[in-house]
Amino acid sequence: MYRYDQYDQAMVDARVAEFRDQTRRRIEGKLSEDQFKPLRLQNGLYLQLHAYMLRVAVPYGTLNSAQMHVLADIADKYDRGYGHFTTRQNIQYNWIKLEDAPDILADLAKVEMHAIQTSGNCIRNISSDQFAGATADEIIDPRPYAELLRQWSSFHPEFLALPRKFKIAVIASDTDRAAMKLHDIGIRLVKNDAGELGAAFYVGGGMGRTPMVAPLIRDFVPLDQLITYSEACLRVYNRYGRRDNKYKARIKILVHELGKDEYARQVEEEFAHLLTQNIEPPLAELERIAAHFTDPAFETGLSDDLDLSDPDFALWVERNCAAHKQPGYIIANISLKPVGGIPGDASAAQIHLMADLAKAYSFDELRVTHAQNIVLPHVKKADLYTLWQKLEAADLGTANIDTIEDIIACPGLDYCSLANARSIPVAQKISKRFAETGKSDTLGELKLKISGCINACGHHHAGHIGILGVDRKGVENYQLLLGGCEGDDTSLGTITGPGFDENGIVGAVEKATDVYLANRQDGERFLDTYRRIGMAPFKEALYG
Amino acid sequence: MVDVLRFRDDEPVGDPAVTVDAFSEQTNASAVRVEPGDDARDLIPFLEQLRLIEVDFPSFMDGRGYSAARILREAGYKGELRAVGDVLIDQLSHLRRCGFDAFAPEKGLDPADVEAAFNRWPEVYQAAADDRQPIWAKRHGITNG
Amino acid sequence: MKILTGNDLKTGAVTWWTGQDWSLHVEDAADVGDEADAIAAREEGARRVNAPYAIDAVREETGGVRPAHIKDRIRALGPTVRPDLTLKPADPEVGNWVI
Repeated sequence: MYRYDQYDQAMVDARVAEFRDQTRRRIEGKLSEDQFKPLRLQNGLYLQLHAYMLRVAVPYGTLNSAQMHVLADIADKYDRGYGHFTTRQNIQYNWIKLEDAPDILADLAKVEMHAIQTSGNCIRNISSDQFAGATADEIIDPRPYAELLRQWSSFHPEFLALPRKFKIAVIASDTDRAAMKLHDIGIRLVKNDAGELGAAFYVGGGMGRTPMVAPLIRDFVPLDQLITYSEACLRVYNRYGRRDNKYKARIKILVHELGKDEYARQVEEEFAHLLTQNIEPPLAELERIAAHFTDPAFETGLSDDLDLSDPDFALWVERNCAAHKQPGYIIANISLKPVGGIPGDASAAQIHLMADLAKAYSFDELRVTHAQNIVLPHVKKADLYTLWQKLEAADLGTANIDTIEDIIACPGLDYCSLANARSIPVAQKISKRFAETGKSDTLGELKLKISGCINACGHHHAGHIGILGVDRKGVENYQLLLGGCEGDDTSLGTITGPGFDENGIVGAVEKATDVYLANRQDGERFLDTYRRIGMAPFKEALYG
Repeated sequence: MVDVLRFRDDEPVGDPAVTVDAFSEQTNASAVRVEPGDDARDLIPFLEQLRLIEVDFPSFMDGRGYSAARILREAGYKGELRAVGDVLIDQLSHLRRCGFDAFAPEKGLDPADVEAAFNRWPEVYQAAADDRQPIWAKRHGITNG
Repeated sequence: MKILTGNDLKTGAVTWWTGQDWSLHVEDAADVGDEADAIAAREEGARRVNAPYAIDAVREETGGVRPAHIKDRIRALGPTVRPDLTLKPADPEVGNWVI
């Protein structure tokens, strides 16, 4: 994975000094809250429902054990002993003090980490495929490109006061594991007819109040023009994105209102101009970064066999493990969704353990997924059983990846001042109900996502089953959506009808799954059956 | 308190800046003020005669002025480029990188804070409108071309 | 009644205006009547509170103060899903009070 050189280190160190100074000036009253807020947001510090909340960046979801240990230490030293892994591959802490924040950033800087631009109207953490570098189905590891973009976007002087937040995802496979088309810019590395590597740019996706799937804006940008083209996309947005209405300020609205062809045309014009300005790093820089992402020292000649005689282990392998490109290796997903638990939360002890396991069994590397789970990307099959036993002992061995128990849930009204309803208790009730009845296994792949408000941080629009919490005259109420999908066949969910209270929504989810079970054919997933039979049978079952 | 900061050796322009709209009728003016909604490229045919371009920041969170500034410098504008309005300490270094060489904040700025702000960044990641060599250029021995 | 709440600037802790100062406990909150804006402005200017705002609440029979909206009740006590992290970890009735 990427390691800082003296330049990268100088930048994070300067950022810590800058924030320390800004915090001092705030506490002394030289900065008002209105002046300080954008500054602290661009260091990931929110003023949230219970306290300040700090969102630490995990660039493209990749980290090593030393970094994980520091994340655990921060939880213990400055917070209440746990952290929350987010739907953008970051981690956040809910009980931070402003007066501690500069020291926390200093601790992070020592292990090449930061909270730069994890909030605010700027370019945010660049996300990627959690299986990058381990999967056989990518044409190349996308992360060097994400790193190139990360450096370009950090403290970019022109783009620190955008109309709104800006989220970029980079992938390099046909299988989209990063919900790429639901980003402001989604980049897929591709090969053209001549076999040359370049990037397809999708611009204008997003969820929130007005979910949209990003249209293809340019099918091929050569590798040595990536930064220039990205800059053109951002400059057009900075100049023409709406600033009159916070809810219409994302680039998806601009692309939608201009039309994708006109937006693409304006970008081409700006791109042609910027190509004369020498802003592109040389390809040697991409090569320098890519050298950090070569394969670890895989052993060769290893057996691909796995002893699956232990049925619990066998289930965990089936649900949580994915094929690795190297014979004898496997990708292991760690579920942070124990039945009845808080999705995405991990205690300091668990974070320390995952760090140790990564060091022992995964070439010292971990990934955070946007589904709020952790991945150990490079595990020898020979080590897998031992690894699983250690995970089990720490309540990290739940075998439920991509099942109905693997719920994506925003923190909701329990933690978030933007929320209208609590999301975590709903997730807990659903996971318990389906685990108890044994239905999780029967249902197979079912991506359920819960958001506590229309901002959709739980990605409910992209759930096979989605739940949106709303405020109905001061009482929490929940809308049910069906048929969303974040993958390559991206689709947005449809509301079934009137909402439900907290117990009602659990029952409604159960009824929807019963309709699926009654109608499914030939190995169809829930999503497939829904797409085939449509909403009507579900509406009938829900509302009679 | 600092009222106007200026990083130029030449004499400041005395004429008041006209709006972009007024400028289209008064094309012998040497000073113009760009608002966030204006298109800075409208001034490109006149850059030779302009000695002062003010870019207004009614709110420091409206970042259109940053693009306007870079566009003007990219087009070859060599005169004074002045950020006016809600110009605060924490945006100074970014404004400078976008090509501003003068600053007229609405509210006075503490000189010590100003100096710290301009000296904040030992390196820069991107090429912009200033002369600073980006980190990628330093890494690969590329001097400004 | 109208009560004032905000966060402590340095620690971020949720605080409630008692009439004299800022308390961590909602039951200490005072009815500010029409004075909310004036008090908020003065206290924020003096940096004794950050981002204050007024909310509706009712005085309970027990003498406690109950914010009208569930969001403010969660804010007053802590997350319903982590009773151990609330202001009253030993109180089994905390969840019911919030909801």
